[in-house]
Amino acid sequence: MNKALVSINNVKYKYPGQEVYALSNISFDIFEGEWLAIVGHNGSGKSTLAKLLNGLQFPEEGTIFVDDLKLNEDTVWDVRKKIGMVFQNPDNQFVGTTVKDDVAFGLENHGIPRETMVERVEDSLKKVKMESFLDQEPHHLSGGQKQRVAIAGILALRPDIIILDEATSMLDPRGREEVLETVRKLKNEARITVISITHDLEEAAKADRIIVMNKGELFREGIPEEIFQMEEELIKLGLDIPFPVKMNKQLRQRGIQVSKHYLTEEELVAELWTSYLKT
Amino acid sequence: MMEKMIFGRYVPAESVIHRMDPRSKLLIVFLFVCVVFIANNFWTYTLLAIYTFGMVGFSTISPRFLYAGLKPVLWLVIFTLILHVFFTKEGELILDLGLIKIYEEGLRQGIFISLRFFLLILMTSLLTLTTTPIEITDGLENLLNPLKKIKFPVHELALMMSISLRFIPTLMQETDKIMKAQIARGVEFSSGPIKERVQAVVPLLIPLFISSFKRAEELAIAMEARGYRGGEGRTKYRQLSWTSRDTVMIIVLALMSVLLFLLRD
Repeated sequence: MNKALVSINNVKYKYPGQEVYALSNISFDIFEGEWLAIVGHNGSGKSTLAKLLNGLQFPEEGTIFVDDLKLNEDTVWDVRKKIGMVFQNPDNQFVGTTVKDDVAFGLENHGIPRETMVERVEDSLKKVKMESFLDQEPHHLSGGQKQRVAIAGILALRPDIIILDEATSMLDPRGREEVLETVRKLKNEARITVISITHDLEEAAKADRIIVMNKGELFREGIPEEIFQMEEELIKLGLDIPFPVKMNKQLRQRGIQVSKHYLTEEELVAELWTSYLKT
Repeated sequence: MMEKMIFGRYVPAESVIHRMDPRSKLLIVFLFVCVVFIANNFWTYTLLAIYTFGMVGFSTISPRFLYAGLKPVLWLVIFTLILHVFFTKEGELILDLGLIKIYEEGLRQGIFISLRFFLLILMTSLLTLTTTPIEITDGLENLLNPLKKIKFPVHELALMMSISLRFIPTLMQETDKIMKAQIARGVEFSSGPIKERVQAVVPLLIPLFISSFKRAEELAIAMEARGYRGGEGRTKYRQLSWTSRDTVMIIVLALMSVLLFLLRD
């Protein structure tokens, strides 16, 4: 594997005024260029984890290193430049009055000179295929388009990592696909590390690695195929397993053997419609 | 009714006035508001009227549109006129209808004051009609910049204004959604006695308030995540450009003010 870009060591966190730890003894690494999905039921601590990574909250115990920088009050602004976050509600993270103003917002905050800003705004909007919406106002955009503008705003800062904090959960299927496709392309072309926090296991199935969170603890870690082996346990945690995995199981119960665990519908369908030919 | 009001609405066009720097437009309107009070006779008012209508002409905004939009305000102007005509009792008596006596001075003052009022409305509407709200915000921020020295939160105010502007359409959409949801639950917004209609606003406002607070909190987190930490060390993407056109416009107004001084009684 590549080198660890983020390493989290024994992190504990409790919200002020609460008894229960939102996160306890979390340790794991995030590697350069990977797509890591963090899944878990509501209240499993996955969103808290995202906030800790970006220095929006600081851990009570334990340390977080981002690109060899120890995350604390002094380094938080540098870390925020390296880690961009896309939040759940497309409307509530759109600051500018137009698309280009919104993309420029992060650049303005970091005091980037104007000439560079103009270039970067156009460049990053091109990367998310929103360049023809430069002067549009947010209420004329769809949810998926707004999320793509949010991604452009992050790209403009040349980050190493993008965190999608339930970024597709309020979108319709088309918007979701738009956003995920954009992120996938960026991951491959710009070598950006992606951390997607989600409760949609279909989305997680396409990640390189999955971390399952439960009640503030790291429950399991592994590649998607491994994680979906433990169907029953996942269902107990309140996670809905992807349709192809369910289908696999049902088929096996009825005595139809499928050669491996498929994570996408296409693969499963491909095996099924050619299986008759083999027998 | 709301569609007809032109107060605070922007009409996109490519006129000379539209392309002016918002700072010069703001300065001109501010100066104009002061200068209007210099006028006190026929010639000075004529000059002011020529200037104002000249500006309207340059803005390429159709007079019919302006008239339709300003109609509700015109009633106020006429009311001012009537008030002065009937209640100022100075100068020679020119019309005596027994109960109503109209004096020369009353007529003169009525016409002048309502004309002044009308010209002021026209000039300020012209500002908002030819300048986008965000341009006005930028212009104000820039003009008020010196106040930073006395710790006046100029940047924060400008940011507040621009965020409010950004969220107006979003909140409108939300209001509409909540209204429909409440109508579906049997709330009547447009019929029934006044008292009930006022009460019906409560189930509209409360959800709107709650969601606005939630939005504000999420927005604050998103802004922080994107590196916002106050106006210090921030660069600006939108730029204002003062051209010779702006200087000329200011000079024209200054010249007119001098002329007003010379012509007044």
